[in-house]
Amino acid sequence: MLCRTASDLYWLSRYVERAENTARFIDFTQRIALLPARLDPGRSEAAGWQRALDALGLVEDYQETHDTLSASRVLHYLIFDPANHTSIYNCVRMARENGRAQRGAITTEMYQELNASWLEINQMSWGQIVSDGVTPFLEWMKTRSAAFRGVVVGTMGRDEGYHFMRMGTFVERADNTVRLLDIKYAQAEHDEMNAERDVVAYYQWSAMLQAISAFETYRKIYRDTVTAARVIDLLIYRSDVPRSLATCCDALHSILLRLTGGEQIEVVRLAGSLAASFRYGRIDDVIEEGMQPFLDRVMQRIDRLTLEIVRQFMTSIDVVAA
Amino acid sequence: MYEADGSVRPHYRGFADWLARTSEAQLAQKRKQAEISFHRVGITFAVYGDESGGERLIPFDVVPRIIPNGEWKVLAAGLRQRVRALNMFLHDVYHGRRILAYGVIPESLVLRNSQYRPQMIGLDLPNQIYSHIAGIDVVRAGEGAYFVLEDNLRVPSGVSYMLENRKMMMRLFPELFSAQAVAPVEHYPDELLATLRSVAPEGSEKPIVALLTPGQYNSAYFEHAFLAQQMGIELVEAADLFVQDETVYMRTTQGPRRVHVLYRRIDDDYLDPTVFRPESTLGVPGLFSAVRAGRVTVANAPGTGVADDKSIYPFVPDMIRFYLSEDPILINVPTYRLSKPDDYKYTLEHLAELVVKEVHGAGGYGMLVGPAATKAELDDFRERIKADPARYIAQPTLALSTCPTFVDAGIAPRHIDLRPYVLSGKDIVVVPGGLTRVALREGSLVVNSSQGGGTKDSWVLEA
Repeated sequence: MLCRTASDLYWLSRYVERAENTARFIDFTQRIALLPARLDPGRSEAAGWQRALDALGLVEDYQETHDTLSASRVLHYLIFDPANHTSIYNCVRMARENGRAQRGAITTEMYQELNASWLEINQMSWGQIVSDGVTPFLEWMKTRSAAFRGVVVGTMGRDEGYHFMRMGTFVERADNTVRLLDIKYAQAEHDEMNAERDVVAYYQWSAMLQAISAFETYRKIYRDTVTAARVIDLLIYRSDVPRSLATCCDALHSILLRLTGGEQIEVVRLAGSLAASFRYGRIDDVIEEGMQPFLDRVMQRIDRLTLEIVRQFMTSIDVVAA
Repeated sequence: MYEADGSVRPHYRGFADWLARTSEAQLAQKRKQAEISFHRVGITFAVYGDESGGERLIPFDVVPRIIPNGEWKVLAAGLRQRVRALNMFLHDVYHGRRILAYGVIPESLVLRNSQYRPQMIGLDLPNQIYSHIAGIDVVRAGEGAYFVLEDNLRVPSGVSYMLENRKMMMRLFPELFSAQAVAPVEHYPDELLATLRSVAPEGSEKPIVALLTPGQYNSAYFEHAFLAQQMGIELVEAADLFVQDETVYMRTTQGPRRVHVLYRRIDDDYLDPTVFRPESTLGVPGLFSAVRAGRVTVANAPGTGVADDKSIYPFVPDMIRFYLSEDPILINVPTYRLSKPDDYKYTLEHLAELVVKEVHGAGGYGMLVGPAATKAELDDFRERIKADPARYIAQPTLALSTCPTFVDAGIAPRHIDLRPYVLSGKDIVVVPGGLTRVALREGSLVVNSSQGGGTKDSWVLEA
């Protein structure tokens, strides 16, 4: 497979996943913002959106084009702003562009899904989205992403291209899970000052579970009330949860093993050691290290892995073996 | 579809019966269905000079064009003959130049032609084939004979529409296909791949074929991606290739991988900046060295443009006689070369009756259709011709055949042409039919998609 094709497919699925995750991120932030003011004294509505931008690493980018921060402006920025290279609108557009560039490598149905999403979002107006309420739009985005994923699984040959697409999905998802924990963690620190923190914490952790559609799973696994420690365990260590770091990194490791035919090269080693740290890790490690340093370190390791993926598969050194 | 006396031509009878039973509302609904589907699948093209920069659909007409088997057999034989001669001509002008020595074609027309590539002189190509994929534009006119309008020997496009139109018709009107035996076209990609493999450099046992595209912003990108996918080959851009030791490689996830045959869909000028156009940022440096070394086959070969130039076109019948000692089966449209004083005089006197084309033009740009032109347009063109007569040729307007077409006013006759595709490798293959283009504007003779033309499915009946 061409390096360019591998790169386009990898990014194609990252964009689709990112569009969905941004929708979930917004959903989460909205739920938090709905927290009754009684439980959340002195906190402005904008603070939650500020933290969302922060967790997404978009504060500076946002400030370049906006002088004030409000819920409606951040919503527009995250969903529809053509100037935000990572807005949902642009993710849908870029996914379709990559699909178009790689029409030969994907199935017709896959392209149809990407194209249909693009044609639809391109027809929408921000005014309409606002007047209909943002939630239907977020639902639409999640459904489009799910439809695409379904067509990928259902129609794409299990070739190299498929593996690069899966790789993009899991890299993006792992990245997102770290960011979600990050935003929630920033919130938790504040909450310790709050007299009714248990209620607030319960509300917030539940909101997160709901945003990533993991509430039912949580109930099935723990059959108990929602606590911070359990949610953290769920999102980091549980190998039976589709968005956990353990699941994502394990998937990445096995994809890389297949792609390289088991060859022990750096990219496989990096993914393997990352996967092992979650497979054999415990929540106590996080508590001991501290949540923030832990998350920072995980993010660095994911970044290193993605750089190595690009170096190994998507850049050519043009040396012809004799 | 109709004879001059208004009766239905026999091979259209089955269809005419069906059409009579089908309401316009039904047709309109089917056309809408086709449009939605083409849009979703993304069968679009970009129009140069269109500021909206978007992708447009080529209008698709739901009424097929039907060709009786006997007529097709003659046409196909004529196409094979013509393309054989054209390939022999190309080999000749880059080798012994016999045809020039015999004075059949003026030497200056060939050797001073901007499309003549001196770099190709003396190069021996597999099977001596230059134009592996040729699209020959023909029209049926007057008494029913086929005339060749134009030979497209460089990078002819449109074949994806031939395939997609058929797919669409089978989906919309399955009942039509069970009632009549229509010759299939779906195997075109297989034939194309077989043709490309058959011209691989000697000694390559399992030749790797790749399709070279300028990229997704090219007007024909859909077709490039479509063909690559149908053939199961890589769709490469110049940046995906590099040349080392006169060998072409693709940059793949598993390291460099050799390419034996490159089906290129970019112009000669952009193939190799070290040879053709140095300022080009496109292209693969060193590609031509691999061609010269016989380590890669580029299809179509560089330099085929010299044979499909409009200034060479009038000589194709002579080529057929010269190389094959046969009479041409297909007729050329009489052509006035304005570099000749007599032709020049005649053309200026009869401008309103003629079609004038730029010798090096393509795609319906820069042409004048006399009968449809305003006085101002005629005057403007007259001045342009006077300024540089050798740039133009003129042809009489033919009484082009028409085909019923579903337009806003209902079913009405519109002028059509046909582009069959001729594949030349070890053998010559012509897939039955081709791309029918239709001039959607009433009375218009210009079928180019960039000028408001549409397409139709083209049926060759099996019996």
